Amino acid sequence: MTMTMTASEWPSSRAALAKRVLPYALLSPAVIVTLAIVFFPMLQAAWMSLHDYVLWKPNAISFVGLKNFFAAFNDEVFWISLKHTVIWIGLTIPSQLLLGLITALLLNQEFPWRPLARALIIIPWALPSVVIGLMWVWIYDSNYGILNDFLLRMNIIQDSVPWLADPDTALYAIILTLTWQGFPFFAVMILAGLQSIPKSYYEAASIDGASKWRQFWHITLPGISGVLVTAVLLRTIWVANSIDVIYVMTGGGPGYSTYTLPLYAFVKARTNLDFGYGSSLAVLFTIMLLGVVVVYLRKVGKDTK
Amino acid sequence: MVSHKSKLRRFLTVELPMVVILLFTLGPYLWMMLTSLTQEDKLFTQGPSLIGATFENYIRLFETVGFLDNMITSFIVAAGTVVVGLTLSVTAAYSFSRFRFFGKKYLLTQFLIINMFPIVLLILPLFVLMRVLGLLDTHLALIIANSTVAIPFSVWMMTSYINGIPKSLDEAAMTDGCSRLGALRRVVLPLCMPGIVATGIYIFITAWNEYLYALSLGGSNVRPITVAIQTLIGEYEVQWGLLTSGGIVGALPATILFLIVQKRLISGMTQGAVKG
Repeated sequence: MTMTMTASEWPSSRAALAKRVLPYALLSPAVIVTLAIVFFPMLQAAWMSLHDYVLWKPNAISFVGLKNFFAAFNDEVFWISLKHTVIWIGLTIPSQLLLGLITALLLNQEFPWRPLARALIIIPWALPSVVIGLMWVWIYDSNYGILNDFLLRMNIIQDSVPWLADPDTALYAIILTLTWQGFPFFAVMILAGLQSIPKSYYEAASIDGASKWRQFWHITLPGISGVLVTAVLLRTIWVANSIDVIYVMTGGGPGYSTYTLPLYAFVKARTNLDFGYGSSLAVLFTIMLLGVVVVYLRKVGKDTK
Repeated sequence: MVSHKSKLRRFLTVELPMVVILLFTLGPYLWMMLTSLTQEDKLFTQGPSLIGATFENYIRLFETVGFLDNMITSFIVAAGTVVVGLTLSVTAAYSFSRFRFFGKKYLLTQFLIINMFPIVLLILPLFVLMRVLGLLDTHLALIIANSTVAIPFSVWMMTSYINGIPKSLDEAAMTDGCSRLGALRRVVLPLCMPGIVATGIYIFITAWNEYLYALSLGGSNVRPITVAIQTLIGEYEVQWGLLTSGGIVGALPATILFLIVQKRLISGMTQGAVKG
């Protein structure tokens, strides 16, 4: 009797348990793998940043505390790279945003070949960054590049400019390339925002006699402000992180003129094999970026509530 | 008459600026294509031109440089990443979409922020790790590295797709005798197939285009096209004809795939942005 009682009770409690465990069980493969390939390596990077860790001296790994971090603060290249990172973000994001906004406003108008334009505008986004980098190196080429050719013919410049070899222009040349690569993202995001604004708002405004400019200022901008903030935050994180285009185009040179912080960390580890110092640079950069990430998460959290 | 005038107005204020922006967007790509079709020695005397266009650079690319091997490598890595990314994320996404449980918000946020960490923070330890495990210069190393991006992305995309499928459908399947997993497999998965395909293609494109991991963790055996294109500069003096044809071939698969799925992909990605 007791036997059958427990036997009949047992499955139901097991089912209850299974029901509670099931969500975690379904999640576990993805969570375990990300722990292993993302979080464990990140901890390792933090660990390396606290050590003298040079790859070709495997027996000389020793704990040095915050030495690498203090070294960074006394490192002139660190400050140069930081300055470039600020210029890099401060110029790229507004240019991408402005060009993206104009493109989105145009794509939101009615014209016969709009679907074609919408499909083509996104192409830079799909290209490999290596191809983008090399393509623009070819465009900027001082002897045979089309940019110099064009500017010479238009009489805008008198002599051809070695855009990527000149420390004064190299960073800005790469910023133009990155603007080209990233503005379609803004265009697509903003376009989605524009299309979510009800048409009736504009109809009501034009009945009230509001000019196009006032409509833009009072209806369009508030309507897309949420998307704009999200896109800017996402893009800031992405642009700050992106080093592949710079690495392909100049490798950081000439001199240190196109170093950004993450690129410095990468080059330090790759060429000097100094993984301790490289990691500490990466950790410092991550901490700075975390500020933007937190703002983004707050915003996403607020919007979904 | 009026419509004629408004057409002109539309042309000047909308179509003309759009053409200028499109020229800026496509110009560099078309210039690269034109360069790749020009004979190498004519490039520096007459500049790129369509007159006497030739596929010579492309033939050289495959016959002497061995570009096909690099493409196969890229394909294995990208396809491997798609398989890993999708299989791991489908059940996780189902769980996020259908259950309420302790810690859900944190786990979901965790998957969101992974992709925001700088790639350098991961690339250094992954290199050390792969070196210790003896995985440097293998396909597996690159698949693992690319999965760090693919899994979180895929979890988010799949969660949003499964959210779009009514819960009542699973419940109906379960009253008909399906188990939870049966409902997932028989009802939910077939319905979100388009979403799975779009996510898979996006993962494929990102892995195909990836450069820094390929450069750091690959080597002479495993050399994806992105690295191969870059090494064309070193091995030969800059031969722009060859390089640009490599660029066109390397970019082609991703571009075509992207144009095929872009509509579904963009709606999936911007949905999150517009709603929150």
